Amino acid sequence: MALWARQGSRWCCLLQAARAAGFPRRPRSCGSPAQACRGFAPLALLPSRNEVLPWRLRACRHVSVGSCAPPDGAKDGSFSSPKSNLPSPAKQEQAKAETLPDLSAEILYEDWDDIPPSSALEEISEEEAVQIIAEPLLPLQSSTLRDYVDHSETLAKLVHLGVDLSQVEKRQKAGQLLLTLDFEKDIRKILLFLKDVGVEDNQLGPFLTKNPYILAEDLEALETRVAYLKSKKFGKGEIAQMVSRAPYLLLFSVERLDNRLGFFKNELGLSVKKTKDLVIRLPRLLTGKLEPVKENLQVCQIELGFQHSEIQQIVFKTPKILTASKKRLRQTFDYLHNIMGIPHHMLTRFPQVFNSKLLRIKERHMFLTFLGRAQYDPAQPSYISLDQLVSLPDEVFCTEIAKASIQDFEKFLKTL
Amino acid sequence: PRGGGAQGGRCGLTPTLVSVAVRGPRFRRLKIGAGHRLDVKASGVFVLGIGHGNKLLTDLYNCHLTKVYTVGGLFGKATDDFSDTGKLVEKTTFDHITREKLERILAVIQGTNHKALLMHSNIDMKTQEAYELAVKGLIRPMGKSPPIITAIRCLQLALPEFQLEIHCLHETQQYLRKIVHEIGLELKSSAVCTQVRRIRDGVFTVDDALLRTQWNLQSIQNAIRDCQLKVKRELEKTLG
Repeated sequence: MALWARQGSRWCCLLQAARAAGFPRRPRSCGSPAQACRGFAPLALLPSRNEVLPWRLRACRHVSVGSCAPPDGAKDGSFSSPKSNLPSPAKQEQAKAETLPDLSAEILYEDWDDIPPSSALEEISEEEAVQIIAEPLLPLQSSTLRDYVDHSETLAKLVHLGVDLSQVEKRQKAGQLLLTLDFEKDIRKILLFLKDVGVEDNQLGPFLTKNPYILAEDLEALETRVAYLKSKKFGKGEIAQMVSRAPYLLLFSVERLDNRLGFFKNELGLSVKKTKDLVIRLPRLLTGKLEPVKENLQVCQIELGFQHSEIQQIVFKTPKILTASKKRLRQTFDYLHNIMGIPHHMLTRFPQVFNSKLLRIKERHMFLTFLGRAQYDPAQPSYISLDQLVSLPDEVFCTEIAKASIQDFEKFLKTL
Repeated sequence: PRGGGAQGGRCGLTPTLVSVAVRGPRFRRLKIGAGHRLDVKASGVFVLGIGHGNKLLTDLYNCHLTKVYTVGGLFGKATDDFSDTGKLVEKTTFDHITREKLERILAVIQGTNHKALLMHSNIDMKTQEAYELAVKGLIRPMGKSPPIITAIRCLQLALPEFQLEIHCLHETQQYLRKIVHEIGLELKSSAVCTQVRRIRDGVFTVDDALLRTQWNLQSIQNAIRDCQLKVKRELEKTLG
């Protein structure tokens, strides 16, 4: 149609002007690309143009996207949630269409006699084809952060810090969270807070990999929690250590932390100072589930037959026993008590045997039995202490304890 | 099971002078194949092939070489799965067992198995070549066959425990446990198997085997190098 043909020329000129300007880098909400859109937005008003409208707006969006996607993203904010932002340019242009009907009316009737416009289906010459820059659009939905890393300054800076994005995106909603945050506004505050608490610089990356959700926390809440810990007389260095080793610690509210500390104090029956010491050495206790800990304590008491005081001693020396697997505990205890014949009070003195590998204990015990040196009673001569049995490396074990060469040990192992 | 001697074609013999942090790990994505099966309760030599060595594994399988086991047993008990960890079925006396009686039973077993060996080897026993091969001890079935024991002897007998050395072909460890059970029955008592240990698999012996502490790149490369010659010679001899 002639009318349509003539109006299209206006768009064609504007497009060429934009190209000539070399896609100036300006935010989408202002500048020439928007003007280009404004120029033919009034065409939307003409009823017979409806079928052309989507095409024009799409072209407008292409132009604006093409001009606003530099790698050193000054507009990461606009790209950080592509799902919600991409529909908005269309709305923007439509809004502008409604606000400027009068201006465009003149432009409309000015170019009746211009040259016919080009349609998208028209063939263009090779040079023109080469000049069209069509950047691939950001995917609206993606299951990896890889697609957005190039366009998002936040993600790029996090990678510089040492955050492992492939681990983060495996967690629920963490990837979405990172995309919606802005580095300057939100993340920087929290990073400074963490440094204040005492987390080392090189630890920040692994910390955030394990706990990206802290970036969404409220800064005041975090400070309240640290203040609570300080009020419980945890020293600054101790708090730093706890936070580094148990990244989820600061996500717990004050009541929850209080409950957990109380739980350990009551269940174990230790003094406040000892409970604190325990928690500092194994901060995982505060962030992990409480049911397995209760069950482990039951196992120690009922199945393994330790007295309450003995359990207290063991737990204070090796808190890891509270989080160890019950099956492994039972198997190790069974071998130590029934086959090696070690009584409870000896096990209480050396609870580190529960942490070592059962196979190691078995091999070394069998070797000592073979040599006739398996003597674990301190009252008798040539006594071998349990902690030496498990903690020494192979060579030292062979020469000092077993008084045999390591080749003999290997030959013996091959006969098992 | 303890680690076994590994063999493979491709292994770089140059030492790693450049650190792993710069170049990354030297070997990634290795194709590892296993040789003859060794079940959970048994231990001993277990052969693995790496990369091109997997082809050699197939060739070795086709050589049908014998495997040697040390089998430990205990008189006086019988269980449902023939091993000492199974459910107890019956208890018997064993004082009447002597070494002589045991050796007689073992001789009978060896005899029947020898007949089976000759039968499955598909060799016409009336020819001169057959006789010569039999004298050299080179007759064995070169295809599929049921388990065959080529030699069995008693290493020690200290009632109620005893230990046997068994040379066999195409066996499973459960078959060996069943043999122990049957020996117990033949001796008018009962027996369970306490230990099955493979001390030799074709050309690989316990001395070539790598312990758990030796499961690192250097030891594996050395082991491969040491066994290469043996394997090649055996393959040439058997498959031609």
